[in-house]
Amino acid sequence: MDYAKLWFVFWAVLWAGYFALDGFDLGVGFSGWLAAGNEEERRGVFASLGPFWDGNEVWLITAGGATFAAFPAVYAGLFSWLYPALLLILFSLIARGVSLEFRGKVQAAAWRSFWERTACVSSFLAALLFGVAFGNIFRGLQIGAGGYAGTFLGLLNPYALLTGLLFCAFFFFHGQLWLAFKAPAGAAARAGRLAGRAWYALAALTVVFLAWSWAATGLYGNFLVRRELALLPLLFAGALVLAKVLLALGRPSKAFLASFAAIALFTLTGFAGIYPALLPSAIDPEFSLTVYNSSSSAYTLRLMTAVVVVFLPVVVGYQVWVYRLFRAPLGAEELKKSGMY
Amino acid sequence: MDTLALSRLQFAVTAMFHFLFVPLTLGLGWLTAWFETRYVRTGDARYLAITRFWGKLFLINFALGVVTGITMEFQFGMNWAEYSKYVGDIFGAPLAIEATVAFFLESTFIGVWVFGWDRLSRKAHAAAMWIVAFATNMSALWILLANGWMQRPVGYILRNGRAEMVDFWALVTNAYGWLEFFHTVFAGWVIAGFFVMGVSAWHLLRKNQEELFRKSFGAGAVFALASSLAVAFVGDLSGMNAARNQPAKFAAMESVWQTRTSAPYTLLSFPRLKGEGNYFELLEVPNALSLMAFRDPHAEVKGLDSFLPQDRPPVLPVFLSFKAMVAFGMLFILLSAAGAWLWYKEQLHRFPLYLKLMVFAIPLPYIAIQLGWIVTEMGRQPWAVYGLMRTADAVSMTVTPAQVWLSLGGFTLFYTALGVVDVWLLAKYARKGMEG
Repeated sequence: MDYAKLWFVFWAVLWAGYFALDGFDLGVGFSGWLAAGNEEERRGVFASLGPFWDGNEVWLITAGGATFAAFPAVYAGLFSWLYPALLLILFSLIARGVSLEFRGKVQAAAWRSFWERTACVSSFLAALLFGVAFGNIFRGLQIGAGGYAGTFLGLLNPYALLTGLLFCAFFFFHGQLWLAFKAPAGAAARAGRLAGRAWYALAALTVVFLAWSWAATGLYGNFLVRRELALLPLLFAGALVLAKVLLALGRPSKAFLASFAAIALFTLTGFAGIYPALLPSAIDPEFSLTVYNSSSSAYTLRLMTAVVVVFLPVVVGYQVWVYRLFRAPLGAEELKKSGMY
Repeated sequence: MDTLALSRLQFAVTAMFHFLFVPLTLGLGWLTAWFETRYVRTGDARYLAITRFWGKLFLINFALGVVTGITMEFQFGMNWAEYSKYVGDIFGAPLAIEATVAFFLESTFIGVWVFGWDRLSRKAHAAAMWIVAFATNMSALWILLANGWMQRPVGYILRNGRAEMVDFWALVTNAYGWLEFFHTVFAGWVIAGFFVMGVSAWHLLRKNQEELFRKSFGAGAVFALASSLAVAFVGDLSGMNAARNQPAKFAAMESVWQTRTSAPYTLLSFPRLKGEGNYFELLEVPNALSLMAFRDPHAEVKGLDSFLPQDRPPVLPVFLSFKAMVAFGMLFILLSAAGAWLWYKEQLHRFPLYLKLMVFAIPLPYIAIQLGWIVTEMGRQPWAVYGLMRTADAVSMTVTPAQVWLSLGGFTLFYTALGVVDVWLLAKYARKGMEG
């Protein structure tokens, strides 16, 4: 078996898992306040993330660690070439994490509002920057014969910014859907309506993204050569429509699962488009970092395959258990005991 | 400063800050789990109050450990891209395994513990904290096996212009990593023991909830005593290990300049600020250094003269940090032994001065553990991977000094603010005392 190719799939799955999971945390982080009408509801909005966000973020740590172990050159390139962007993502994630943890620790309106604002700005920046980073990857980076030749401002090109906005729209929709069945009743109803309206913006951005990708990137090449791959974008489109339909039918939790699938399938579609590159070069495919020229040795990949095959199902198993355990929203008494006021 | 110097400084700042919060987690998790198990076994509500009090402090502290950990992972790629490319094949594996087998576990079950009081049986709820405690220590194991590989690279061959893993078992059984693991984890337990003793002493001095805090103090004291003895024991083994595997580090720790057999242990010496040698060497115990390092009074101990100047670590900081760390270690044994004894004899209330001292002793193990990392990491210089890759060759080539100035400044400001807020929260909740 070609382990490098297999690891490309694992790599894509870890990122897909991260975006589908932490996506709703980020979405609630920057747009949850829109659904909450008062302090009581805001508390409910933040409490809905309490048991989950930390476990979700580990998908990113694992995606990063897996990149390091399986594609060291990609890890080194991605993180050092995009240094300022990665730094901003890092600061955003740190600020997001502490704001979720600190918000409930002091009972003063100014304290809470400070951390709510911090959560909003940091979650939005993280979502936007992840989109910008992946937009640049989809489009290809300025990797030439002499190494990386891009600039930070070059990363903020229109296509990447559009991808950033698309990510924000995804996470907005995803986060509001989460709130639609997890937040206190008033906020939940508002979140459902917000999600319903946001869907149109998301759908429009998706169409623009797909069209622009056709014009400006090589993302479609693989799908034309291997037609069975087209199943991924088709399923993505299906899941996106299904999410809207289920929401309209008043089934927000099912709609959330559909949007979960949509985000995962969107990510997988993007990765299927850049294969075999992990970091495509916009200058010449010859300079791309691919599964062929940047993977670890067969020994390491075999070992890491064993680790993933054994442990990832276990992780998914207990994380699913946790989602079921906290299926019903946290009550006031539970919040008091948790110390998250 | 160039990218190299700045990146080293940034790594030191972010790692040391990260390690202000992680070690308390390593020990306080076990103690909280122990208190909760007492509650489950006895049904005694006092233990529930104790559990919730220490659990809350655990959480406030845990939050910063988690968020600053991401920086550590990202930084290898951001600032040390050449390193990542060269050794990622073998070094990346333990990091990825850590995330998969340990970090997922602690991050998921901490949520279960915090919010699950009314959704789980008492037993299952206590089990969640045992899982968290186990997973945090397991995290430390994989991280330190990775660091142990940088100290003593094993299980690889140089192929395709990089270090490729050929023997995972060698990496997992690397004695250097295991010694670092035990030394670090036990030191973290000492921090937790002193933290619990110090906070309890503060309340005992004020006669707040004396019974509950006496119980806490006792558990902290016994835990701290056992752990500080264990740290010293592993520390001795680590010294031998350094003498064998990193003789330059060992020579710097003791500021030994001449290679010789039957080496004496010098009780008082001080390395010259410039040039080679020591200003003075007083009170020599014959053969003691050879005996300590190799368990043989006549063994040869390598001095710094065995290494070219460019292959030596900076002697002064390594020497001073090492001596201070050892002195602190001795002090911790004395202080925790006194605490355990006074607690056992139910005499704590008669020694307010001791209690006061223990409040002020809370930061000391933190200082000691930071000194320990200075010894380990500065002592490894000039190597990123001992004998295999120099730190100067490990740094990212595309990252500019301006970028690192910016990130270093950002980290310093941001982390300082977070640290102040977190310590303030810890103090606030620690002073508040227990509920009910």
